[in-house]
Amino acid sequence: MSHHKLEVRKLRFSYPDGHVAVKDISFTIHHGEAVGIIGANGAGKSTLLMLLMGVLFPDVGEVLVGDVRVTKKTLPMIRQRLGMVFQDPDDQLFMPTVYDDVAFGPRNYKLDENEVESRVNMALELVGITHLKDRASYKLSGGEKRAASIASILSMQPDVLIMDEPTSALDPQARRRVIGLLKSFEHTKIITSHDLDMVLDTCKRIIIIKEGEIMADGAAAEILTNRVLLEDCGLEMPLSLQNCPLCGIVKA
Amino acid sequence: MFNMVNSIYNMRLLDDLARKETTIHKIHPLVKLLTTLVYVTAVVSYGKYEISSLLPYVFYPVLIFAFAELPLVPIMKRVLLVQPLIIGIGILNPVFDNYTVMLSGMAISRGWITFLSILIKSGLTVTVSILLIATTGMDKLALALRMLRIPKIFVLQLLLTYRYISVLIEEVLRMMRAYSLRAPRQKGIHRSVWGSLAGQLILRTFERAQRIYQSMSLRGFEGEYNTGEPTPVSFRDCIYLVGWNLFFIIARIYNIPMLIGLLITGVIK
Ligand SMILES: Nc1ncnc2c1ncn2[C@@H]1O[C@H](COP(=O)(O)OP(=O)(O)OP(=O)(O)O)[C@@H](O)[C@H]1O
Ligand SMILES: [Mg+2]
Repeated sequence: MSHHKLEVRKLRFSYPDGHVAVKDISFTIHHGEAVGIIGANGAGKSTLLMLLMGVLFPDVGEVLVGDVRVTKKTLPMIRQRLGMVFQDPDDQLFMPTVYDDVAFGPRNYKLDENEVESRVNMALELVGITHLKDRASYKLSGGEKRAASIASILSMQPDVLIMDEPTSALDPQARRRVIGLLKSFEHTKIITSHDLDMVLDTCKRIIIIKEGEIMADGAAAEILTNRVLLEDCGLEMPLSLQNCPLCGIVKA
Repeated sequence: MFNMVNSIYNMRLLDDLARKETTIHKIHPLVKLLTTLVYVTAVVSYGKYEISSLLPYVFYPVLIFAFAELPLVPIMKRVLLVQPLIIGIGILNPVFDNYTVMLSGMAISRGWITFLSILIKSGLTVTVSILLIATTGMDKLALALRMLRIPKIFVLQLLLTYRYISVLIEEVLRMMRAYSLRAPRQKGIHRSVWGSLAGQLILRTFERAQRIYQSMSLRGFEGEYNTGEPTPVSFRDCIYLVGWNLFFIIARIYNIPMLIGLLITGVIK
């Protein structure tokens, strides 16, 4: 299905203060692909995602969703198909209760209230926080907020799921649950993270970014085992691929 | 520091209270809004020397407190927050209006009566407005305003202001926390960093407000705040509306305390 393709052509973006956060980035993501975007702090990952969503607009280059170019005019259509989970869940939760927050998206698309309710319940169940439904979101713990913010995107049933560091601040079980969730989401997904084990677990393809440029783009199994490349980009091999300090098993 | 945290929780107290499910909370938001409007109009319309005839209007907030199971102290604290302002406005009355009247043998300046009247009126109206928010919630209230055909832009303005105030306070809180952790043994914040803190605060709040707005528009927000389908106005709601409004209007036309007084003294005679 070509209309699920996501294409980025020669993207360049600088912040108003002149800092060039993204320099000449191009790639194509096909339907159903799971892509991990990794890179050190300040590499430009979050900025890139904002460009994909049309929150920011590039100075040069373009983003195509399907065959449609992301412009101010096509935004409503694009945003219905792409769902993005923000790096900071506090930015995303603003309604009085978790339920209302998760229902915010579907309600904006004018679904009838029964459909909204079933979608909300489904999304809450998927991330395992049905019990938090009527709580005020500002009273949740960091991990619970994260789960709620993911649910608030899932309820919109996007074709492409974009997540900025979905597992940061999660306890091991919640992290497992998010990983399971990501794996079960069959559509296209784009994930940025510093949790390289999670990326290894959920993504087949990896794009490494360094100072706003693509350093590598290829199969996860290859890139995440390339110690020299990773270290050059301020990263490290996933723990699961490193030698075990306790039992001495040598993996790499 | 702890006080700051407290005040945030307090700020959201009204939101929390609004989620209760008592009989009063279940009344249709539009009905509650209209009732409050009529109440406020009635109270404000009294002359500046009236005190006794305002008494029946105490009924309404008292009953709401009781039936909506609202905590008295925290809400009254909020009402008191506004009172200094009112006192500032009314305090000159006794000075300007010093014509004295005799009240059960005591000579009282008429100015004091107007002052008291202003205090009572403002107390009552502020209380019922806060009660309205505490029993309805800002978003449902917005829905009611929209039903009254108030333009989208005004309602939205109201809602976002209400939301962003908490964003602002949280940002202040974080900065204060960061500051006080690195400047122990200091009371308050030193004068020398006021400027940079204030500047930071504006920038940060602005950025955060912007990100929140972004996340809203990413989820299809286009200016209409959808808070679910409005429930239809039920028969019970109508009774509530008509009942209270009749009471307010009757209390406005007839001086009920005086009537009761007359009745009692009449019986005694
Ligand atoms: N609002 C802004 N104004 C100016 N520069 C910014 C702004 N936001 C980010 N930057 C700069 O742009 C660069 C890329 O930032 P970005 O947030 O995309 O990094 P990131 O890869 O997401 O990092 P992290 O892993 O820490 O989340 C950074 O050098 C940052 O300093
Ligand atoms: Mg980032």
